[in-house]
Amino acid sequence: MAVASELSADGEELVIRVSGRFDFSAHQAFRDAYELLPDRPRRYRVDMQDTQYLDSSALGMLLLLRDHAGGDNAEVNLVNCNADVRKILTISNFEQLFSVH
Amino acid sequence: MKESLRILVADDSHVDRLLLSSIVRKEGYEVVEAIDGPDTLEKFRSWRPQMVLLDALMPGLDGFEVAHFIKDEAGEDFVPIIFLTSLTEADALARALEVGGDDFLSKPYNQVILKAKLSAMQRLRAMHVTMQRQRDEISRHHAHLLQEQEAAKAVFDNVAHTGNLDEPFIRHLISPLAVFNGDVLLAERNPAGDLYLLLGDFTGHGLTAAVGALPLSDIFYGMTQKGFTASEILREANRKLAAILPKGYFCCATLVAISFHKGTLEFWNGGLPPGYLLRPGSAELTQLESRHLPLGILGDDRFEAGTEVMEMACGDRLVMCTDGIVEARNESGEAFGFDRFHAAALGAPARGAAPAASPFERLKREVYAHIGGTGRDDDLTLVEVTMVPAEEAVRPPPALDYPTEGSEQWRLSYELGPATLRSSNPLPLLQQMLMEFPRLRRQSGAIYTVLSELYSNALEHGLLGLDSGLKRSARGFAEYYAARERGLAELDGWMRFDFRCEVTGPCGRLQVTVTDSGDGFDHERQLAEAGAAEVRGYHGRGLQLLRRLCQSLTYQGRGNQVEAVFAWRDDDG
Repeated sequence: MAVASELSADGEELVIRVSGRFDFSAHQAFRDAYELLPDRPRRYRVDMQDTQYLDSSALGMLLLLRDHAGGDNAEVNLVNCNADVRKILTISNFEQLFSVH
Repeated sequence: MKESLRILVADDSHVDRLLLSSIVRKEGYEVVEAIDGPDTLEKFRSWRPQMVLLDALMPGLDGFEVAHFIKDEAGEDFVPIIFLTSLTEADALARALEVGGDDFLSKPYNQVILKAKLSAMQRLRAMHVTMQRQRDEISRHHAHLLQEQEAAKAVFDNVAHTGNLDEPFIRHLISPLAVFNGDVLLAERNPAGDLYLLLGDFTGHGLTAAVGALPLSDIFYGMTQKGFTASEILREANRKLAAILPKGYFCCATLVAISFHKGTLEFWNGGLPPGYLLRPGSAELTQLESRHLPLGILGDDRFEAGTEVMEMACGDRLVMCTDGIVEARNESGEAFGFDRFHAAALGAPARGAAPAASPFERLKREVYAHIGGTGRDDDLTLVEVTMVPAEEAVRPPPALDYPTEGSEQWRLSYELGPATLRSSNPLPLLQQMLMEFPRLRRQSGAIYTVLSELYSNALEHGLLGLDSGLKRSARGFAEYYAARERGLAELDGWMRFDFRCEVTGPCGRLQVTVTDSGDGFDHERQLAEAGAAEVRGYHGRGLQLLRRLCQSLTYQGRGNQVEAVFAWRDDDG
């Protein structure tokens, strides 16, 4: 598991990349990625290009990010999800809370 | 801050011993001297040094043997031994380390090296002491944790007991400590004898997961026993969990309500793998898909508690699991997966072979075969319910000794306006009120069934005008219940319950008249069409049930009023 994050040049979007297994071990690093920013960006994008697997604590972390980003008004995009990740998001019906691409 | 270590200096050469002792003392250590092997052991036992400088060659008992004894007696404590030796052969030096020496120092002594080695050993020793302390602390914490888990489990077992899972038509697999993995499996009957089953999987492990299970079981058991609907139970469970669980924690769950009388299965799945409904002799299976977010995430205003209803015939089996089974890994880390689950649930087509084991047995076998001997099985939760004829699902009579004496004579009327009809279900309230009368308690199940059939008939056919003919097909079933939900949201009408109760001696009689504001129907004509199983839209099973339970069932007015008389004798045995 590794978490990397990058703020877009205009400071509007934060991209968080999680590689390997996205589970409880990513907890602190994932939180730090958005909590330590001095200014809150407008949009968030969680890039799961290299995420192999997602467990329920990762779903919890996504909920925390959504809450931090403004709850129902948050713009959080989950992108590049592989089939396994997609399946977990579908079963949990997280498409109702996040835009999944 | 140097700790003043006790160092034993063992050398049979008087000169060497004096020289070494004085160097060591000058460095601030406490020193005791030993003159040969046996003396070294004796001093070691009486003075308990924390480090030993040991001559390899001594008369009586040489350093190698002494080292062996010392290490043995020191046990878990780290007592560094530095061999003092004039030996230079690699073999002898290696042997010194093999028998338990931690380092060696060649004669003649180099003061600088000696000092460096002493402080290196002291550092090692300090590290060892710290590790030992931490290890002890961890094992104390661990023992404490286990003890707390045991206590928590005892509390949990009292609240979320699994007693109701021991019915002949339920098979289940769940670890006794599952609650600490976040899994819960609860079963309870409602007053009409319908089976409610809740399978849940909380995020996280340990106490956080277990803590949420307590209110969930409380709500599930309490509301099921009182006759609340699945949707009402789910709404309350979601509200409670959203309020008490920290953000990011939730509970994936499936709630099913199985009616043996009506042969129906009602379900709601939020976040669990699909349940499977298997029909004997058919290679088709119906999946109970997750269509909702898990419990504890959404606020009450956005939570959707709408259930789906489908037919479940005798012999049909429902299989459900949490994701532990799908994710169970074999030795090379490969998950059991949905494909294997699917294949095992369905079973290979048996061609003239012995009757295949049940899906439950097949799944259990396949999962265990997959994870192999080394696999942990505390995350495997699996349950199977087989539909049986209503007679086989009859619950044993209530254990409580209800009164059989005392009289009742009263009338009661309860009218529900459109706002109440749209937003709530009157059955739990009515049931609870009726059960306040001691002489009615023994008839609790039958009375609830009568009320529930009369209510759903008046609502679904009298007020909403639904056609129960729809329920003949699987798709119709779903349509029917979807139409019911739509109709209910815009309902504009009323319904009245009139009760009249007479109990004298052993004989009891409860007359329930239900009147609705609907258009009614030509009951005389329909009843004249003898044997009509679906008089006024009653689905056959509902009507049969009422006829069987009631002494009489008559339509009145324009067909918008029905009177049911339920009678019993308390000395019936």
